[in-house]
Amino acid sequence: MIPLSWYLMLAAALFAIGLFGVLARRNAVAVLLGIELMLNAVNINLLAFWHRSQQLSAEPHVTGLVFAAIVFAVAAAETAVALALIISVYRRRDTVVVDELDLLRG
Amino acid sequence: MTSLQIVFLIIAAVTLASAVMVVTARRLMHAALWLILTLLGVAAVFATLQANFFAVVQVLVYIGAIAILIIFAIMMTREVMSVTGPRLNRGWGWAAAAAAGGLAGLVAVLSTWQGFQTVLEPLPSGSVGVGALGEAFLDPNRFAVPFEVASVLLVAAMVGAIYIAVDRKVVEEQ
Amino acid sequence: MMTSLFIWLLPLPPLLAFFVILLFTRSRNRLSHALAIGGAGLSFLGSMIVFFRAITTPDLAASPFGSAIAWLPVAGEPVRIGVMVDPLTAVMLFFVAWTVLMIFIYSVGYHNFGQPAGKEDQPGLPPRGAEVRVKNETSRVPSIEPMYARFFAFVSLFAAAMYLLVVSDNLLTLYIGWEIMGLCSYLLIGFWYGKTSARDAAVKAFLTTRIGDMFMLLGMAALFAQTGTLSFQAILGDPEVLAKLAGTASVIPGLSWAGLIGLLLFAGTVGKSAQFPLHVWLPDAMEGPTPVSAMIHAATMVSAGVYLVARFFPLLAAGWEPGQPVTTPMLVMAVIGSFTALFAATIAVAQNDIKRVLAYSTISQLGYMVAALGAGAFVAAVFHLITHAFFKALLFLGSGSVIHGMEHGVMHTGEHIDPQDMQNMGGLCERMPVTFWTFLIGGLALAGFPLVTAGFWSKDEILSGALAGGHRVVFIVLALAALLTAFYTARQITLTFLGKPRTEAAAHAHESAPTMTVPLVVLAFFAVTAGWAGIPEAFPGLGGMVPNWLGGFLGTMPNIPHGEEGHSLVPLLTSLLVSLGGLWLGWLVYRGVQAGQADPLAERLGGLFNVLRSKYYLDELYQGIFVRPAQWLSETFAYRWLDQGVIDGILHGVARGALLLGLFLRRFIDIPLINRSGDVLAEGSRDMGGLMARAQTGRIQMYMVITVGIAVIFGLIIVFLVPGLRP
Repeated sequence: MIPLSWYLMLAAALFAIGLFGVLARRNAVAVLLGIELMLNAVNINLLAFWHRSQQLSAEPHVTGLVFAAIVFAVAAAETAVALALIISVYRRRDTVVVDELDLLRG
Repeated sequence: MTSLQIVFLIIAAVTLASAVMVVTARRLMHAALWLILTLLGVAAVFATLQANFFAVVQVLVYIGAIAILIIFAIMMTREVMSVTGPRLNRGWGWAAAAAAGGLAGLVAVLSTWQGFQTVLEPLPSGSVGVGALGEAFLDPNRFAVPFEVASVLLVAAMVGAIYIAVDRKVVEEQ
Repeated sequence: MMTSLFIWLLPLPPLLAFFVILLFTRSRNRLSHALAIGGAGLSFLGSMIVFFRAITTPDLAASPFGSAIAWLPVAGEPVRIGVMVDPLTAVMLFFVAWTVLMIFIYSVGYHNFGQPAGKEDQPGLPPRGAEVRVKNETSRVPSIEPMYARFFAFVSLFAAAMYLLVVSDNLLTLYIGWEIMGLCSYLLIGFWYGKTSARDAAVKAFLTTRIGDMFMLLGMAALFAQTGTLSFQAILGDPEVLAKLAGTASVIPGLSWAGLIGLLLFAGTVGKSAQFPLHVWLPDAMEGPTPVSAMIHAATMVSAGVYLVARFFPLLAAGWEPGQPVTTPMLVMAVIGSFTALFAATIAVAQNDIKRVLAYSTISQLGYMVAALGAGAFVAAVFHLITHAFFKALLFLGSGSVIHGMEHGVMHTGEHIDPQDMQNMGGLCERMPVTFWTFLIGGLALAGFPLVTAGFWSKDEILSGALAGGHRVVFIVLALAALLTAFYTARQITLTFLGKPRTEAAAHAHESAPTMTVPLVVLAFFAVTAGWAGIPEAFPGLGGMVPNWLGGFLGTMPNIPHGEEGHSLVPLLTSLLVSLGGLWLGWLVYRGVQAGQADPLAERLGGLFNVLRSKYYLDELYQGIFVRPAQWLSETFAYRWLDQGVIDGILHGVARGALLLGLFLRRFIDIPLINRSGDVLAEGSRDMGGLMARAQTGRIQMYMVITVGIAVIFGLIIVFLVPGLRP
């Protein structure tokens, strides 16, 4: 009943918002939140396409589901490691502001 | 416009609004709470897609584990995370432009795709089996290897996170 | 095979001792001399092992011990260096090992080890003695050398170089050892650098030998250019190479390459072995620590020059057959050698300094060997080289012992006399019996006292070789020199040891320590017995009773033409006559010299004696024709006229012109054009760099913005502009 385009537009918007968060937030944890948004956007896309392919053929399709499950696992791992990194960086550099972590500055 | 479409639009609006709040909230704790709302919205979207299993998993894993992990991290290191100064960096204008450009690009690309306007019909019950997914994951000829790799990834992430975050000074004192 | 590898190690222990002493143990005298003597002792043991292996190996000459490694890659074949022990090397090793070890032991005593340090002593000057109080009585005793350890470091380096030279199987490493010895010679002659005379002597020795070395280097280069190798075996062991060298004409008309190279190498010998006209450095070298550096310059190092020509004898004699006219290098050697022998002997007659007599005697004896080689008597020359090394080492160490004893006397009496002047000695045989008897043996060996001493056999063999080879002039000149040798030896012994003490100091002289006398006794043993190894079979009466071991051993060397074996009564009688006659005459003339009396010979010879005493004014002549003109050339002509007047004038003119030109260029070209463009370039680079650096903010999010922007743009381009992908 709902057009595929709506899902895709929703996912694209969510992705863009997440991207903006990643690109613009100063706090590293906030950047992490942005990444979570982007991953969710991806999952929306994956499941939407899964629904479409399931609807177009009689055969059971699970590829999209598998992808979504893997994204979950990756997201969990990514969050854990990223938080650990942020805490570790804070111990060393006394900051979680992404701008100030500029060892690579030319 | 069917009731389902109306429900979807409401869900989408809530999701997007809370997502905007996530990236703009001044306080980190608020942002995390807004994130939970967003994740709930996404779970609802999953439900509209008849991916019931993932809606549940979304609530369990994302909200129950990841978001809570983030909230715990924020709460346990409150002073650490409380950043003074502006919440956005100096180049946020560029960032907004890039994000907007990305969105525009995606929309532009997608709108030219012929399948864009496909209407998703309700699937016949029984064709959305979680059983099929489980069999696919454990079938050596299909996704057993990615499944195992994912588990290895999780273990590695756990060990790595502990290793990175452990406070050596405290450990040595003990 | 083991022996071949073993030979490599021979120069090593003294070299290590040198570095260790210099770097670590300089302040510890006992450890330093223990290291030095230990190093020399190890080399000595190794040399003896190699020597006995060598003499028990049949066909050593045909297949000598040795091994070689590739060292320096040059176009074509790499330069190989290595070690080799053939009969010549073996006998060299024998006497080098003995004499070097004896010097080392002797030095301990000579430098007053165990004595207190003198208060007034300072590095660079000979020790002046120290006050010692024993039971409220102050007495003056010799004091230890202030730079004791340093001395042992230098002699260790010297020993290493000598071993290197002897065991080398090629001219290149031989030359390295040769030059290191030149350096050691400089260091040891100038050991007491606080004395002007020692400094001058060191420079003189270095520069004079350098003249010879320069020619030697040229000879080496010519040899390498002609044959492509410097290995002794490849050149001297190969008749074809020798014949080719002797057969091709060189750049000098009338000389074959063999002749030219031989002459150039011989020039090196002239410098190193102090042959006329480059002999002037050797007497001055006596400025070094008395016996030891003198001994180096008498017994060991100067032998290297003779060793070189003996080693290259096949080349020098290439194309010569016994009985024919000799080759050009041999002729030159015969002339220079015999002239030097006579010339130096005449000078020695008129010297009063005990060491200078021996120095001139050394020059004279080296002349003997060179002349013998020139006359083709190879075995005799090497034989004399060995015996001379032993008895001359003995004599020098003995004279050092005498001087030491005299210094003791001088310290005791407080007289201001020269402890080296033989006029101040006399009657020392009672005060210093060991020194006297050993010195006597050495002196008799030098004079060629018949039948008993080593010097007789070797000298006799040279004389008979010269006569048998048909070199009558050489024979007469050498016989005259032998007469003079016996004469000045008798003069020296008589003046030093016999008669009554002519000064208080001589009356209070004192026998030296055992570390000095033991080496004397050892060397005296060899001064007698070394001769028995080479008694010629044709010797009337005695010949054949003892096998002529040396002749047999050395005679197997390849490509060495041997003169006739004939031995007649003429040379025998001549040697007897000149030896005994000279000794008797010398004793007769000098037995009754009183204190303060002029030299008896001076009255009879008059002006000639002064000429002899002044060494034929050669030093003055060299001063006049080389040094002064060189000074004038550099001072007045080169510096004042040429440099200040002409060259500086030109330079100033050029400078002024250049300044004007420079100003012009600067004002009109450099500043407006070049500087400006350079600045623009530099500033541009800097600004560009700054611009680029600003992009490198280090802010990860900025990078990502750019990345996303570019990804979006490229994505759109690809999707919409690439034909195949357009949806």
